[in-house]
Amino acid sequence: MEEEKKLIDNGKRLDGRTADQLREVKIEAGVLHRADGSCYVEWGGNKVIAAVYGPREAVPRHIQDPLKAIINAKYNMAAFSVDDRKRPGPDRRSREISKVISEALDRVVLTEHFPRASIDVNIEVLDAEAGTRCAGLTAAAVALADAGIPMNDIPVACAAGKISDTVVLDLGKEEDNFGQADLPVAIAPRTGEILLLQMDGHLTYNEFEKALDMAIKGCNDISEIQKKALLHKYQSIAEEG
Amino acid sequence: MTITPIIKRDYLTKLAKQGKRADGRSFEDYRSIEIETNIISKAEGSARVKIGNTQVVAGIKMDVGEPYPDSPESGVMTTSAELIPLASPDFESGPPREDAIELSRVVDRGIRESEVIELNNLCIEPGEKVWICFIDIHIIDYDGNLFDAASLASLAALLTTKVPASRFDIGEDYPLPMKDPPISCTSVKFDDVVLIDPSLDEEEIAEARLTVAVDQKGDIRAMQKGLNGSFTVDEIKKVIKQTVDNGQKIKEHLYKSIGK
Repeated sequence: MEEEKKLIDNGKRLDGRTADQLREVKIEAGVLHRADGSCYVEWGGNKVIAAVYGPREAVPRHIQDPLKAIINAKYNMAAFSVDDRKRPGPDRRSREISKVISEALDRVVLTEHFPRASIDVNIEVLDAEAGTRCAGLTAAAVALADAGIPMNDIPVACAAGKISDTVVLDLGKEEDNFGQADLPVAIAPRTGEILLLQMDGHLTYNEFEKALDMAIKGCNDISEIQKKALLHKYQSIAEEG
Repeated sequence: MTITPIIKRDYLTKLAKQGKRADGRSFEDYRSIEIETNIISKAEGSARVKIGNTQVVAGIKMDVGEPYPDSPESGVMTTSAELIPLASPDFESGPPREDAIELSRVVDRGIRESEVIELNNLCIEPGEKVWICFIDIHIIDYDGNLFDAASLASLAALLTTKVPASRFDIGEDYPLPMKDPPISCTSVKFDDVVLIDPSLDEEEIAEARLTVAVDQKGDIRAMQKGLNGSFTVDEIKKVIKQTVDNGQKIKEHLYKSIGK
């Protein structure tokens, strides 16, 4: 990562945020008719939709686990979601993201309830502006809850990073492209367990501690928005009777 | 066939004999349509179209590239549709299969052959540089009639597309040159009834399908018959009449939702 631009000036970032401020996050649960559970997340300029199908019989049979369900998350970017059109279909990056998200979700889902089943989580990025894996995991978690999948927690993700030698929360697009470090984190908010952790760039130990702390705080804030989205959907259903 | 489709088929054909449909529509009624444009900031044009519970997002990306040797002064358009697993328990990820390819080709033909996009106005340097227009269609929620939803979403996205000339240092951005588009309507037939805008359940038991595109004069601009059943000549005439009636309404709706 090279740095040429000044990304933070007088405590304000390019988009006017302070160092520990999130972009605006909107979450809506149950947006799709066909899926068993679904969620739409707008996170800054990111627009991400997640759908859950299952638990259902895992096919082909050889992928079944006789003791528990497999979590099969697929992260996919729309061709029109980035500046230069992306060729449709999975690439190495999206395969890796699918894998780390699947593993993070697997930790909280009570998979032993559904032997031989698969729980398929499809994450579709419609508009991308840095931090899509965090938005994707956050959407997937709400979609799982919306599908009624038993979990011991609703996971949530948020990134922190370093720009112009300052540790900041939730990198925006320019900050991601020209910043010095990016640290996406997913947690189970009730226990504080870390479910996903990646980093690229350069952080000192003290900076890492600060960034992790900041990311976890961001996760907890997003977690409240997740819960509100679920409450909003099911409360309105309950009121309508 | 498993047991559920048999029950559904019995139910739908019984209703059809009484002139009814499961969602209360008449045979000539289209579901309600919602069109929302400019929803993707990274795309040059975009639209979300809902027909009942069916939901489709189309995005347009433009790039500069070489023209085809046989049409050196003409821009290039390509259409692709993805039946992503988000939209239905029966869609799988991977390269597009037969039905995704048929869908994208029918949409492509409706736009290309009726010359909706003025491709001859998308030339930058004859034989060297032209605009390439990518239409990408994502099915988000599948409840039948993808043909109409996909072509309507593509048209709405194209009609709001800005050619990003300034990004390529070739002048100022300008709206994509477009002609008045034809509108497609799809009808299906089962058990000797013909109905427009099939829902998923109706589509699953359909014996034959016919998509017709009509322009503002009521002239026919494209057709595609699908599935292994057949139509009588009278049924085809009826489908065309239904398409003319509904097509006009849909077009008014389309123009209203893009503010024209």
